[in-house]
Amino acid sequence: MSAYMNALVALPVILPLLAGALSLAFWRSSAAQKLLGVFGTLALLVVSVHLLFETWEHDHIVMHMGSWHAPFGIVLVSDMLAAIMVVLTGIIGLATAVYSLSDIGTRHERFGYYPLFHLLLAGVNGAFLTGDIFNLYVWFEVMLVASFALLILGGERAQMEGAIKYVTLNLVSSMLFLTAIGLLYGLTGTLNMADIAVRLAEVEDTGLVTVIAMLFMVSFGIKAAAFPFFFWLPASYHTPKVAVSALFAGMLTKVGVYALYRVFTLIFNQDVDYTHEILLWIAMLTMLTGVLGAAAQFEFRRILSFHIISQIGYMILGLALFTPLAIVGGVFYIMHHIIVKANLFLISGLTYQLKGSHELRELGGLYRSHPMLAVLFMVPALSLAGLPPLSGFFAKFIIIRAGIEVEAWLAVAVALVVGLLTLYSMVKIWNEVFWKAQPAGFGQTPTPVRPLFWMWPPIVGLALMTVMIGLYGQPIFEMAELSAEQLLDTSRYIEAVLGADYVESLQEMRR
Amino acid sequence: MEIVMALVIGFLYAAALYMMLRRSIVKLVIGLVLLSNAANLLIFTAAGLVRGAPPLIYPGDLVPPGVSADPLAQALILTAIVIGFGVLAFAVVLIHRAYEVVGADDMDKMKDTDT
Amino acid sequence: MNMHSLILRTAGNFLLPLLLLFSVFLLLRGHDEPGGGFIAGLVAAGAIVLYVFSMDIASARRLLRVDPRDLLGAGMVIAVLSGAPAAFLGQPYFTAQWWEFGLPGGGELKLSTVLIFDIGVYLVVVGAVLTIILNLAEAED
Repeated sequence: MSAYMNALVALPVILPLLAGALSLAFWRSSAAQKLLGVFGTLALLVVSVHLLFETWEHDHIVMHMGSWHAPFGIVLVSDMLAAIMVVLTGIIGLATAVYSLSDIGTRHERFGYYPLFHLLLAGVNGAFLTGDIFNLYVWFEVMLVASFALLILGGERAQMEGAIKYVTLNLVSSMLFLTAIGLLYGLTGTLNMADIAVRLAEVEDTGLVTVIAMLFMVSFGIKAAAFPFFFWLPASYHTPKVAVSALFAGMLTKVGVYALYRVFTLIFNQDVDYTHEILLWIAMLTMLTGVLGAAAQFEFRRILSFHIISQIGYMILGLALFTPLAIVGGVFYIMHHIIVKANLFLISGLTYQLKGSHELRELGGLYRSHPMLAVLFMVPALSLAGLPPLSGFFAKFIIIRAGIEVEAWLAVAVALVVGLLTLYSMVKIWNEVFWKAQPAGFGQTPTPVRPLFWMWPPIVGLALMTVMIGLYGQPIFEMAELSAEQLLDTSRYIEAVLGADYVESLQEMRR
Repeated sequence: MEIVMALVIGFLYAAALYMMLRRSIVKLVIGLVLLSNAANLLIFTAAGLVRGAPPLIYPGDLVPPGVSADPLAQALILTAIVIGFGVLAFAVVLIHRAYEVVGADDMDKMKDTDT
Repeated sequence: MNMHSLILRTAGNFLLPLLLLFSVFLLLRGHDEPGGGFIAGLVAAGAIVLYVFSMDIASARRLLRVDPRDLLGAGMVIAVLSGAPAAFLGQPYFTAQWWEFGLPGGGELKLSTVLIFDIGVYLVVVGAVLTIILNLAEAED
């Protein structure tokens, strides 16, 4: 692999780390931090798009950190799924960085908003790109520490209360993850994911493997906010600044979903009937509880938080069905969801700045005063519910079609009903926030900390992307298709990481 | 020896969960400390217990002589301890701030954001 | 935070330079033997915290001259950039680079990017620990 490619795989991690370090070094200057925020994420986006195209061309790009070769050293691996996720991180990173110009006041900047923001992006990208299971744990922790601090930035009571639940449940999940890594290491004697996949095939005690698989499932289930481990999410996601909420809503739970996809395709594919059956039930219950929870809420951001949960269900459904088409649908869904959900959160922040409230009963009349914003809300809202021709329609369509193909009728029924209920929720927000008249006594515009101008470009940009994915979905679908192909044909990943010689010698030894 | 370690680890997990189920947020953090120690000990034990055999490669050799302890597991634990140190330092700051804001060391008084 | 203890203050004055020197020793020794940036950083931070206990926070901040956050930022930049020379030489990021110099008197000095990385870690640890502890201590007062 050429030197240039080597650098390219590491850059999505190095760039945000460097930007974070520099903005920490210039913590006194607000302007320098903002510039680093916008241009750092812009550079990240450019690099990650480039990485995506290179990965598309070369199948897998592998980099052995510090020239320590796999399976002994840590590797960074970019396959289609990882590259897609890294690009999405770049998109959401840039959108929130621009949005932050208007949303984040001097007080938050002084307490390290920008360094933490970059650190979070570095952690997320590291988790996507690493090929080493313990390194995945390390990146998870980097990401979590940054998210803990971002969550309590500002120090209001609700933030503290939400953060305690968030921190506790996520730490429990990390410890379960660590426990599972320990057991897996005891069983296989290696930490490289490709090597683990090779060696697990030789393990005779399949019961123990299933136990470890379950530990991973619970741990990543907590991170992904799947049923029944989701309680930390609606308790905390509506408390921080909107830019932070949007970043969390877009990326954090999806890292958990990504880890599920990685581990349950590459490593734990021995007992699919058992593990993926459980995933199927988790997926259905996650969809249902999420959407029903949202129906009971009357606060803009809480409704959106519950919808994250129900949408996570669709993604896990794609993995649980475990057919090529279902995985394509799952990956497509992740792409669509990250963009749409982050956008909805950003819009909720703008309505707050205009009307001074997140409560539906205190809001109203925005269609009359800001018709443009109403249209911009309709795009992601209807896409989330899955109306054609927007991105959500195709995402849902692929997954449901995959469900019909394997005759998982119950899952298909749940997915359809949840789609309808999502539409109900979105129409509820539309009616309350945009359509009905402004209730008397509310709607005082708060004095914004900054001019609101920079809130518009990210919202418009993400809405345009939603439309584009819907209208020109073919390349997106092809990317998802290729990533599904790679996920299911694990030998390609293993050979790319370990080299064909190593795999061959292992097979010799087995004989 | 493994049996003793298994019992100790099991006890640590149990104690950690018990502490985390209490209402006090200070005890919650103590529970988290115990949990991370339990996980570290588990890695240590799962990688195999070897006594008095440091993984040293003597000049001229390519591998350590005989059976030796696994250095990788210890490196993992060291990393996990460092990470745990950082996270717990944060958790202590968090409960301190939460105590200041809420004015009570009681989870039952922190239900405003629940649904 | 001040303990008002004459013994602690007198001992602290002697211990502070000793501990700081020891931390540098640990930092430099860390490549082949027990030691390294992390533990050295903890020792250095511990030394400053001891100073906080024996004197007070304001004089500890004066002693530091720079804000701990600056140390944190500088350390992060150094650590991240220490991997870059390898990338320019066409090797994977973080591949160690070694430079050897002859010293007058016959000795040999071996320097590496690993050491630079360790210095970065040292500064990050000192900066992070002191940021947290000084803020907590000031909140108590």
